[in-house]
Amino acid sequence: MKTSKKITGGLLIGITGFSVFLIIAILIFMLVMIIIGAKGEFSWKFITQFPQNGMTQGGIFPALFGTALMVIIMSVAAVPFGTITAIYLTEYAHEESIISKSIRFAVRTLAVVPSIIFGLFGLGFFIKFIGTGMDNMFNAGQLKWAQPNILWASLTMALLTLPVVIVSVEEAIKSVPREMRDASLALGATKWQTIRKVVIPGARSGILTGTILAISRGAGEVAPILFTGAAYYLAKLPTSLSDQFMSLGYHIYIMSTQSTNVDQTLPIQFATTLVLLLLTFTLNLSAILIRVRLRKK
Amino acid sequence: MDTKIIFPEDRESLNLHETEESTAMDPQGQKDPNAFVFTKESLKKKIRPSEFLSEKLITGVAFLSIAIIVLIFFFVFREAFPIFTQKEKKSETQVTAVIPEKYGDTSSGNTVKPEQYGAETPTPENKEEGKTEIKNTGNVIKPERYGVPEDSIQESTGEEEYTGSEISQLTPAETFHLSSLFGKEWMPVSERPRYGLIPLIVGTLKVTLIAILFAAPLAILAALFSVAFAPHWLRETIKPAIEMLAGFPSVVIGFFALTIMATALQAVFGYETRLNAFVGGIAMALAAIPIIFTVTEDSMNAIPETYSEASLALGATRWQTAFFVVLPAATPGIFAAVLLGIGRIFGETMIALMATGNAALLSANPFESVRTLAATIGAEMAEVVFGDTHYSVLFLIGALLFVFTFALNAIAEFYVKGKLMKRFQGKLS
Amino acid sequence: MKELKIETRNLSFYYGNKLALNSVSFNMYANHVTALIGPSGCGKSTFLRTLNRMNDLIPGTRVDGEILIDGLNIYDKDIDVVNLRKKIGMVFQRSNPFAKSIYDNITYGPKINGIHKKEVLDEIVESSLKKAAIWEEVKDRLDHSALGLSGGQQQRLCIARALSVNPEILLMDEPASALDPISTGKIEELIFELKKTFTIIIVTHNMQQAARVSDYTAFFYMGEMVEYGKTKKIFTTPDKKQTEEYITGRFG
Ligand SMILES: Nc1ncnc2c1ncn2[C@@H]1O[C@H](COP(=O)(O)OP(=O)(O)OP(=O)(O)O)[C@@H](O)[C@H]1O
Ligand SMILES: [Mg+2]
Repeated sequence: MKTSKKITGGLLIGITGFSVFLIIAILIFMLVMIIIGAKGEFSWKFITQFPQNGMTQGGIFPALFGTALMVIIMSVAAVPFGTITAIYLTEYAHEESIISKSIRFAVRTLAVVPSIIFGLFGLGFFIKFIGTGMDNMFNAGQLKWAQPNILWASLTMALLTLPVVIVSVEEAIKSVPREMRDASLALGATKWQTIRKVVIPGARSGILTGTILAISRGAGEVAPILFTGAAYYLAKLPTSLSDQFMSLGYHIYIMSTQSTNVDQTLPIQFATTLVLLLLTFTLNLSAILIRVRLRKK
Repeated sequence: MDTKIIFPEDRESLNLHETEESTAMDPQGQKDPNAFVFTKESLKKKIRPSEFLSEKLITGVAFLSIAIIVLIFFFVFREAFPIFTQKEKKSETQVTAVIPEKYGDTSSGNTVKPEQYGAETPTPENKEEGKTEIKNTGNVIKPERYGVPEDSIQESTGEEEYTGSEISQLTPAETFHLSSLFGKEWMPVSERPRYGLIPLIVGTLKVTLIAILFAAPLAILAALFSVAFAPHWLRETIKPAIEMLAGFPSVVIGFFALTIMATALQAVFGYETRLNAFVGGIAMALAAIPIIFTVTEDSMNAIPETYSEASLALGATRWQTAFFVVLPAATPGIFAAVLLGIGRIFGETMIALMATGNAALLSANPFESVRTLAATIGAEMAEVVFGDTHYSVLFLIGALLFVFTFALNAIAEFYVKGKLMKRFQGKLS
Repeated sequence: MKELKIETRNLSFYYGNKLALNSVSFNMYANHVTALIGPSGCGKSTFLRTLNRMNDLIPGTRVDGEILIDGLNIYDKDIDVVNLRKKIGMVFQRSNPFAKSIYDNITYGPKINGIHKKEVLDEIVESSLKKAAIWEEVKDRLDHSALGLSGGQQQRLCIARALSVNPEILLMDEPASALDPISTGKIEELIFELKKTFTIIIVTHNMQQAARVSDYTAFFYMGEMVEYGKTKKIFTTPDKKQTEEYITGRFG
C-alpha cells in the first residue's frame, strides 16, 4: 500500500520535474545551436559592414541600424503615450470605475492581439488612410507617404509595445509611496504639480524599464513590419521618415526563406539570429536589473 | 505616570523654559498680517488653467488604448468590407470604385523599386506561395497544387463542390462570391483565383491543437513543479529561464525550427515533408509555454496558503496536496492560461511562415504542410494589389483572427476572473 | 489671552457609508498645542485630515458640519483647497521626505508658491531648518539626499518642510511614533518652541507625550469626541470614566 503510493508520488513529482528539465533543455539547446551555427561568421566586421555580393557575404550593419532607428522612433511615440495612460490609470481614474476598467481591458487586449493584426492595421490606417491623406494634402496627390516606410512601421510597432510601457510605468508609479503625494499636496501643491514633481521623478526607473522592454520587444517583432516598412535590401541607410529600412528580424526571415542561396548564407543567418538574440537579451537583462534595484529600495 | 510629568502650564511657572522671553514676544509681531490670514479673499477659489488642461489631456490620451482597439476593428473591417459589397455589384470596376484610385499608385510604387520588396527578389518564382519552401527544403510539397496551371485542379475538384466556380467561369476577370470563402481551395494567385478559407482554418486549428497539446501539459506541470516541489534556489532558476524563453523573438524560434528542429524531427519520425504542421506546432509551443507557465504559476501562487496547509495538516503528502488541492484550486487560472496560450499560437505569424511549409492542404495528417491564417496574411499581403479581392480577403482573415483573439481574451478575463473570485472569496469548495 | 483659531461644529465624516467621526465640536486656540488621543481607529487621523481637507482626496468620503478657521468655514464651496493647504502645515506619522536633496525638500513648497529667487530660497531653507532645530546637523550637506538622514532627522526635516511655506497651523499625526527617545525628546522640545508661532494640533498614542507637550487634550473614542479640556485636568481629574480608563492604560 504505502510503497505503491510512494511510487505514484515519486512518479508524479518526476513528471513535473521532467517538464521543467525539458523546457530548460530545449532553451539551452536552442542557444547552443544558434551559437554554434553563428560561430564562423559572428565578428565585429559582421555588425559593422554592409552586405556584399547579393547578400551572400558581408555584414548586417544596415539591418542593425534600421532596427535601432525603428525602435527609437517607436519609443518616442510609445513611451509618452504609455506613461500618460499609466498616470491616468493610477492618479486620475477611480480604480473601480467603468472607464478605468475598460481602459485596462483595452490595454490587456492590445497585449494579446496577434502582431500580424497590427501590421494590417498599420497598412489600413497609417499607410492607406493617413498616408493617402497626407499625400493629398501636402504632396498634391504624389505618392510619398501612402507607402511602407520607417515612420509607419515604427508607429505600428509603437501600438504593439504600448501595453508593455503602460504596465511597467504603472507598477513604478504605484511604488511611489502614498505619503510622498500626501506631503506634496499638504504643502499646497496641486495634483498636476504633485504628479510632475514627485510622481514622475519617482517613477523614472520604471519608465526606463518600460522603454527598454518595449525596445526589446519591438526589435524582435517582424510580423508588424512585414508590409509597413521593412525592406529586403537597401543600398543605403534610411535618411528620411519616408524611407524604407532593413531590420534584423526581417533579415533573418527573408534570408532563411526567400533568398536564392539559402544554404550558402546559413552562417550569416545564424549570426544575424545571434545578434538579435544578444540584443534582446541584453535589453531584457538590463530591465530586470533596474527593476531589482528599484524593488530593493 | 503622575508626578513625573511636567505639564506645559506647570513648566512655565517652574521657569524651566525661557518663558519670560516667549510670552513677552508678541507672536503676531513676527507675522506678516496680510500674507496668511484665513479670509474669504485669500482663500477664494482659483482657476488653474494648467491643472484643467493637463487633466483633460491625460484623460484624453488614456482613451487612446480604447481608441486603438476600436480603430483596429474599424480599419481592418473597412479594408475587408469590399468583398461584402461585391456580391451585388459583381464587377471589378466597382470594386475599385469603393477604394479611391490613389491606392492603385501604391502598387505601382512596388514595381518602381522592385529591389526593396521581398516579393520581387531576384527569384521570380517567389511570387508564387509555397514555392519558396519547396525550394528551401528540397522536398516536393504536392506540387500539383501549386503554381501549376489551374486547369488540372479545376477538373479534379473544382466542379462539384465549388459553387463559385461556375460564376468564375462565366466572368473570369474578377468576380467574387461570398460563399466561395467556404470553398476548399485557397488559390488566390491564379487565373481563376479561389479564396476558400477552409484549408486555412483547418490548417490553423491543426497547428494550434498540436502546439497546445505539447505546450499546455509541459507548462502546467512545470509550473506545478515550480510552485509545489522546487526548492527555493531552483525556483529562482526556473523563473529567469522562462523569462528568457519569453524573450525569444518569434522569428528566432521560427528560424531555429526551420533550420535545426525540422531536420532533427524528420530524422526521428521519418516523415516525408520536412516542414509541416507538427514542426510548426512544436515551435509554436515554445512561444506559448512562457505565457501558460506564468499565468498558471500566478494563479497557483494566488491560492491561499490555508488551502495547502489544511491539506498537509490532514496528513496528505506534498504530492497529494499538489495534485489534489493546488492543481484543482487553480483550474480557472489554468483555463485562462491555456486560452491565452491558444490566442498566442493562433495568431503567431513568423513561426507559421517559417516552419509549417505553407501549403494550403486540406488533410488530417499532422506531418503534412499547412498554411495558417496568420501566415497567409504575412506571406501574401506584401504582394497583393491594393484594393482587389485578394487584398480584401486577407483583411477579412485578419478580422477573423482579431475577433477570435479578442473573444478568447475576453473569456479569459471575465469568466475566469469571476470564477476565481467566487472560489476564493466564498466558501472553500 | 487665548485666541480662538479653529472651531469645529457638529463635524461628522463618512468613508462611504462608514461613519468615522460623529458630530465632533470643540475649539482649538492659537499658540497652544492641542493633543488628540484615543485608541487606534477612533478617528484621530481622520479628524486631523479634515482640518486641511486632505480627506477630500479619498473618493467616496463625505463631510457634515462645519470647521471654522478664523471664523471662516473651510468647507464653504468657495474655498480654494490648494491655497488652504498652503496655510496649514502637516507632518505625517511616517517621515516622508521627497527623494530629493535636503535643499530641494525645503524649497519644494516655496517654489510651488512661485518663489524662485535663489537668495530668498536660501534664506527660507536656513530659517526653516533652524526653526526645526536641524540646521546645525545638515547645513554642510544640503545637497545630499534627504533619504540619507536618520529617522529622527528625517522627521525634523519634514517639519522644516512644513514650515517652509509659512503656515499658521501645524498638524502633526504621531510625529514621533517611529522615533527613538532622544529624537522624540528633540521633537517635543521643538513643538514647545514652535507653539510660540503656530497653532499646533498633534495626534499621539503616547500619554506622557500628550501630557508633556499639549495645553489642551481631546479624547476620541469610536468616532466621538468624548472629553475635551485642559491637559492637566484631563490627565489628573477627567470627568468621564472612559477617559480615565484610557489614560491609566486600562484599555486602548
Ligand atoms: N481611507 C479609508 N477608507 C475607509 N475607512 C477608513 C479609511 N481611513 C480610515 N478609515 C477608518 O476610519 C476609522 C478611523 O480611522 P483613523 O485613521 O482616523 O483612526 P486613528 O484614530 O487615526 O487610528 P490610529 O491611531 O491607528 O492611527 C477606522 O475605523 C478606519 O478603519
Ligand atoms: Mg492615525
